[in-house]
Amino acid sequence: MIDCAAFIGSYPFRHLPHPDPDVLVRVLAREGLDGAWVGYLPSAWHRDPSGGNAALFDALAPHRSVLEPAPVVRPDWPGWERTLRDLVEQGAGCIRAYPMHWGMSPHDAQLRALALACGEIGVPLVLTVRFEDLRQRHPLDVAGDLTAAHVRALARAGRVRLVVTGAGRDLLEETHWGLTPDEQRRVHWDFAWIWGPPEDHLAHLFRTVGAERFVYGTHWPLRLTQNSRANLDLLPTELREHGITDARSLRAIRKTPT
Amino acid sequence: MTDDAPLAGGTPLVDAHAHFYHLAAGRADWPQVNAARLRAGARIGVTYHVASILGSYGHTSPTYFPSPSDASRGNDAMADIAAANESCIRWYVTVNPNHTEHALREIDRGVARGAIGVKLLASRRADDPLLDPICELAAAQRLPVLHHIWQHRTREWPNQEISDGRDLARLAVRHPDATFILAHLGGGGDWAHTLPAVRDVENVFPDLSGSGVDRGMLDAALDTLGARRLLWACDLTMETGLAKLRALEVIGLSAGDMADIRWRNAARLFGAGAFPRCSDRSASVA
Repeated sequence: MIDCAAFIGSYPFRHLPHPDPDVLVRVLAREGLDGAWVGYLPSAWHRDPSGGNAALFDALAPHRSVLEPAPVVRPDWPGWERTLRDLVEQGAGCIRAYPMHWGMSPHDAQLRALALACGEIGVPLVLTVRFEDLRQRHPLDVAGDLTAAHVRALARAGRVRLVVTGAGRDLLEETHWGLTPDEQRRVHWDFAWIWGPPEDHLAHLFRTVGAERFVYGTHWPLRLTQNSRANLDLLPTELREHGITDARSLRAIRKTPT
Repeated sequence: MTDDAPLAGGTPLVDAHAHFYHLAAGRADWPQVNAARLRAGARIGVTYHVASILGSYGHTSPTYFPSPSDASRGNDAMADIAAANESCIRWYVTVNPNHTEHALREIDRGVARGAIGVKLLASRRADDPLLDPICELAAAQRLPVLHHIWQHRTREWPNQEISDGRDLARLAVRHPDATFILAHLGGGGDWAHTLPAVRDVENVFPDLSGSGVDRGMLDAALDTLGARRLLWACDLTMETGLAKLRALEVIGLSAGDMADIRWRNAARLFGAGAFPRCSDRSASVA
């Protein structure tokens, strides 16, 4: 099982203790995880993601057997199609996009094109609902949470593979039940922000949406890695033998990048 | 560890900030939510839940501004739940300081039914003089006051009169003989603001509950306040409570510091008699 939502690098709005790849490798081993898709946290706030992507690949180079790069492709940037092919060729585990930070609406044609291009190649597109709780954000942190409308629009676009991280029960249900069964199967979710007992939102979603729609994500180094494991450990007994999906299985390169 | 062994170990563990629901709470699934708290508590290894009921939770008056009748009805339900689960549940009596006479009577009535603390919501800012008679009574009866807190109030938010660490610190300075539990350090807002706000006010004890599991929060709380000032708790998300216990283990606290956070600080605040199943002896035996 891998962590689909880890990062390295600094965060603009508060100090993060040692957000470094060698520390992440130790944390994953401690948590019993086989690896991680790793994003470069500062890239979410960069206009041009290329510098952050290069820093990410360099930083992960000594750890590539465990840490797979999750670089950013910005579909309103010149030459993004070539960038996508290059990054996949270099071994990107998935592609990250931040439509809220780029001011892209749910029906942005460029965002749709990126999702379809990722689907065509067979690489998951990772979307982040939030980095922090809305109530603690810095006054300059105004991007807002990813909306259900974004996810629905992309899931309806065609043959896409979406991994949505950081959603709560409301956004997840508003999306899932607004999609056809085929479209639902195009979306996987992590459960890092979904409540466990006593409200038991995760248990409810395992019963209604299905455990197979979920992948494991921690949001390290922003959040305690122990939280996702604790959530699984506190499921009602009958749900404890869960069948969540290993995010690695979502990556299936169908087409040699050219 | 066997499947039945508590996930957080067998040493005493007090959840200093819990809630239960009741028939008048306006949700049909209230028995299931209560049962889920006990189920998860047993799995984690919670020895005692110290809980409150917040009026009607918005059904007939707002959660953070409960009417006197809703506060009383909730307290009655909470007393019944505690009586039915005497081995593992203790309770706070919930009051609204806007109704001073009712609040004072309700505290007396709650104590007579076994309450061991006072729960204040966000019905009035924490440093408001209306809270003074309540704190005087709490101090006289040695009842810790659990006060709902927003970590760093930067603006008004709907549905509550939010207070932050600075507000509670001002109240605590006015009442040095009372003890205050600052609610849910991880419960929304900026915890980094709260820690220095209460550092020098030694009768304020933050609880670690809340859905927030920011890395760095526990380390900063320990660095700023030390283990003797922190109480383990869950509030509405028990998985975050378990995660924080596991993170504290990773930090590498001494056994004494862990025991302080897990239960000994709670025993000091509420009185050792409040938690008869918690003792250093039970810790060493477990």
